[in-house]
Amino acid sequence: MRVNFRFYVCLIVFFFSGLSAADLVIEVTDWVKDPTKIAIVPFHNRGREVQQDIAAVIAADLTRSGQFSVLDRDDMLSSPSHAEEVHFRDWRALGVDYLLIGRSENRRNKMVVKYSLFDVHTQRALLANEIRAGRDAERAIAHKLSDAVFEKLTGIRGAFSTRMLYVSAQRNELGVSSYRLILADADGANAREILRSSEPILSPAWSADGKQIAYVSFETQRPAIYQQIIATGERKKLTNFSGLNSAPAWSPDGKHMAMVLSKDGNPDIYLMNLATAELQKITHHSAIDTEPSWLPDGKSLVFTSDRGGKPQIYQFTLADKSVKRLTFKGRYNAKASLMPDGKSMVMVHGDEQGYHIAWQELATGRHLILTSSSLDESPSIAPNGSMLLYATKYAGRGVLAAVSVDGGIKFRLPSPSSDVREPAWSPY
Amino acid sequence: MIKKYISLVFLMSLLSACATTDQQDASATDNAATGSSSETAAVSSGVDTASAVEVAVESAVQLENVFYFDYDQATLGSDVRASLDAQAAVLRNNSTAIVLEGHADERGSREYNLALGERRAKAVADYLAIQGISRARIEVVSYGEERPVALRSNSADYALNRRVELK
Repeated sequence: MRVNFRFYVCLIVFFFSGLSAADLVIEVTDWVKDPTKIAIVPFHNRGREVQQDIAAVIAADLTRSGQFSVLDRDDMLSSPSHAEEVHFRDWRALGVDYLLIGRSENRRNKMVVKYSLFDVHTQRALLANEIRAGRDAERAIAHKLSDAVFEKLTGIRGAFSTRMLYVSAQRNELGVSSYRLILADADGANAREILRSSEPILSPAWSADGKQIAYVSFETQRPAIYQQIIATGERKKLTNFSGLNSAPAWSPDGKHMAMVLSKDGNPDIYLMNLATAELQKITHHSAIDTEPSWLPDGKSLVFTSDRGGKPQIYQFTLADKSVKRLTFKGRYNAKASLMPDGKSMVMVHGDEQGYHIAWQELATGRHLILTSSSLDESPSIAPNGSMLLYATKYAGRGVLAAVSVDGGIKFRLPSPSSDVREPAWSPY
Repeated sequence: MIKKYISLVFLMSLLSACATTDQQDASATDNAATGSSSETAAVSSGVDTASAVEVAVESAVQLENVFYFDYDQATLGSDVRASLDAQAAVLRNNSTAIVLEGHADERGSREYNLALGERRAKAVADYLAIQGISRARIEVVSYGEERPVALRSNSADYALNRRVELK
């Protein structure tokens, strides 16, 4: 009887936890030494009530970048929404360098947000613009606005309007697992389920245009690589050969999928022509070759191989089929992925302290360890190259975390109820 | 899963207790491998004559179906080879299909661990093939680090997760 009761409790918990793909919460754990001080005044609204506080979403975006310190609302002396209401002296007294004000009109069919960004010291407007969108599009508008402010003040294109994929795994008391592939905004909000299975889901990847995804699912009890169009949900099984079907990676031109198959006996890297489904085997080695990742020019790939005895990163050049070892530091280097400029890469780096995310410049071999926790994996770089997401363990649970490429800024995105892993940051 | 493991450990220690009290420990193991009279061992030890224990003892000796590996290795240890010899002796007498599931611990990257799990399962498949089990009967599937049996991040749990399961 007691067993039965426990069983029902499990079922109920399982049911409710499955109702929504719970959003991730963000905790910033390390900032840059001298963040830019900005005040973001709550936006005034006219028309239909807005569901989301636009200024708060922008504040969260900029805080998460680690490069901004956002003034607490309670410390504000006034809340201007028009340029003529701004008293620069007050903002200077509060130690603020920049000031963002705005107002929204939420109409039946559309939403218009007008905003201005001021340099408090020169008292000049750096940005004065408006954004139009469909009704109730507050979050999307806020992210666009964050992008504009970030680019204006740092010179780097913002990536706040991008999205991410990740895998969430939950295990109930009976040991029954539930795996979900989740698509969410880059800030963890608007999480929605793409796929749910009682069997593992792995290796989510984006097409270069951000319209399609690929992943590995064991839903048939065997691994298979799937390709799926996000907008329609339409999907196609690309491979289900005997053995591994693993690590899909779209070529930058969208025409090929690099993948790992072991149908001929051991894991090698293949390219599939997506138009013809034709396969070309590009590595031929009895060792493990896996985790292909394209250089942005599409002319070569990096991959993990233990052909030298331990897993290390190698580069394969398509034109001359040459293979060159890239990593020599550390006993374990795996799962490399290239920065958008193609000049450096990040990877999982194992040393005596554990497994960290490390950065390496290709030309010089210059090497930097970015994270200090011990079970870090699956690095995925933002399209602007400023931050990367990775998976780690925190308090015994799989969580996503982010770090800036100089290692200075870190934040965690803990999930309230499940193990989360394998983040994949979308392109622009 | 942990509970299952604990009870397995309990049964194994019970078994070793049986073996040490039983003067015929070597022959008991041999007999178990051919599936004849392991019951005698349990009964003669006098620990417990309940049939559940007998069955558990029998399966623990005769059909060890989880094989463990060192970190980043797919080499079969002598204990694993001995277990596989026992398995092969049984498998030669039937023609059932076998699935070998390869697994890895959580350390390092997931796709590399998938490949590592496959390498382990293939090492077991190759060994069974040498023992006369047709490769056509054996299917290899790797789950990498996706299906751990022990959930803590420490070396004891890692050791339990670096395994191949015969199903």
